[in-house]
Amino acid sequence: MTTVDDATVTPVVLGGTRGGPDVPTLRRDRWWLQPLVSASVLIAFVVYATWAAFANKDYYVGAAAHRDLISPFYSPCLTASCVPGSHPGFYLTWWEISPAILILIVPLGFRLTCYYYRRAYYRSIWLSPPNCSVADAHGSYSGETRFPLILQNVHRWFFYLGLALNVILTIDAVVSYGEPGVGVGVSVGSLVLTANAALLWLYSLSCHSCRHLCGGQVRRFSDHPIRYRLWKLVTPLNANHMKFAWASLVFVALTDLYVRLVASGAFHDPRLF
Amino acid sequence: MSDVTMRIWRGDPAGGDFEEYALEAQEGEVVLDVVHRIQATQAPDLACRWNCKAGKCGSCSAEINGTPRLMCMTRMDQLPEGPVTVAPMRTFPVVRDLVTDVSFNYEVAKRIPAFEPPARPAEGYRMQQIDVERGQEFRKCIECFMCQNVCHVIRDHEENKPHYAGPRFFIRLAELETHPLDTNDRRELVRQRMGLGLCNITKCCTEVCPEHIKITDNGIIPMKERVVDASYDPVGWLGRKIMRRPKRSPEEAAAGSSS
Ligand code: FES
Ligand code: FES
Repeated sequence: MTTVDDATVTPVVLGGTRGGPDVPTLRRDRWWLQPLVSASVLIAFVVYATWAAFANKDYYVGAAAHRDLISPFYSPCLTASCVPGSHPGFYLTWWEISPAILILIVPLGFRLTCYYYRRAYYRSIWLSPPNCSVADAHGSYSGETRFPLILQNVHRWFFYLGLALNVILTIDAVVSYGEPGVGVGVSVGSLVLTANAALLWLYSLSCHSCRHLCGGQVRRFSDHPIRYRLWKLVTPLNANHMKFAWASLVFVALTDLYVRLVASGAFHDPRLF
Repeated sequence: MSDVTMRIWRGDPAGGDFEEYALEAQEGEVVLDVVHRIQATQAPDLACRWNCKAGKCGSCSAEINGTPRLMCMTRMDQLPEGPVTVAPMRTFPVVRDLVTDVSFNYEVAKRIPAFEPPARPAEGYRMQQIDVERGQEFRKCIECFMCQNVCHVIRDHEENKPHYAGPRFFIRLAELETHPLDTNDRRELVRQRMGLGLCNITKCCTEVCPEHIKITDNGIIPMKERVVDASYDPVGWLGRKIMRRPKRSPEEAAAGSSS
């Protein structure tokens, strides 16, 4: 039975005297520190990623340097302007601007609609609320019930696309061990790409939509033993989703920076063995 | 022993203000002990609600130094130096001093459709342990209503109260939605009438829960995902169109179907 038709509005008297004084908060601790740190990291990332995406150069270290390293911001490189060696064999001729913009839509959408980042930016950037028991900075509030925020419900579609991207970045990491003209070897660059792919997998697999799709969706676990096992497997990851969200965000930017510095000739990617 | 200064909000529906009480600190006390000592020695008319003094009845919720906490579980020696502020819960109408009228929550509770088992469960059916465990966490709720109090959806926007159930009831709904024998489908109810979409998952409910229930991760987000299944999933929608199936058929529901 769907129960919606019988529901009645909760009777409440509004506008009476409420508990405590009319002040935005009674907190005296440093409640502003957490939103300040979150906002600073998020803004720093957005500024760096925007610059890196529009830079449209220094994103690939190729055979000339005996390496095959591509920045995660530019992979897969799908446009005609991609530097030789960086694209997968086919490309889109109609895309004129930086190839990164084409790709970054996926991680951008994935992270924007992520349940954890929503918490982070609703608190730290939108100040709704800035912290617990600190007043919301906005007079009216409709949450995620209307356009555009109702679109947060598309999160699982970005999750699927994000998985595809993780597969590609994993392939990038694997091929980076085959150093052209030298043979198979391990360089700092290939380790960086590997760590980046690993963190992105942890971030995706700990996603709340992933947990739901694995098994959270079912009403009766006992009828779905495999899905129950999957759910059990991702649940501890999910509990650490916040950590993976920050770690993968910072590391993906550092990976791009590393490839960028090597590609621009600032230093050579050291070979370990 | 050193002295402590308590700033306690005194007032009634006509208004109120903080009053300061200075008294000697005693070892091992919780905030509720100090409030009781003030009642006994300085302000016999100070109103506060309590019952178990063991963090289990959920009566003594207040805002201590601005953060919702149980007075009986907050040790004085763990609070920072300086005066300790004790105020009633902000979200509910004040009755007197530290006592608020929490009947809003009982009204919401009445509106949650009860557990509805099938007319006849399958012969020999036994609820399995893994299904029992799933809802167990939510049953730890002591109804202190601090999650309801801290939730900015109604704390800062009172006008949402008539159509917002709040975290305490989202976990109740989640518990029922994952009960293997329940036949009700509450997904449209939470979307249209209980205001699940108003929650922006800022997780303050989880932060203040004295029972450490993962309200957001295990209750609210799974409910949001179920609403996506029912209403915002284009592939699911297409599938239902092609198969000409309603969101969950009455037969499926009656059989306690799992998906
Ligand atoms: S919830 Fe964060 S990625 Fe899905
Ligand atoms: S008096 Fe029972 S929870 Fe504090």
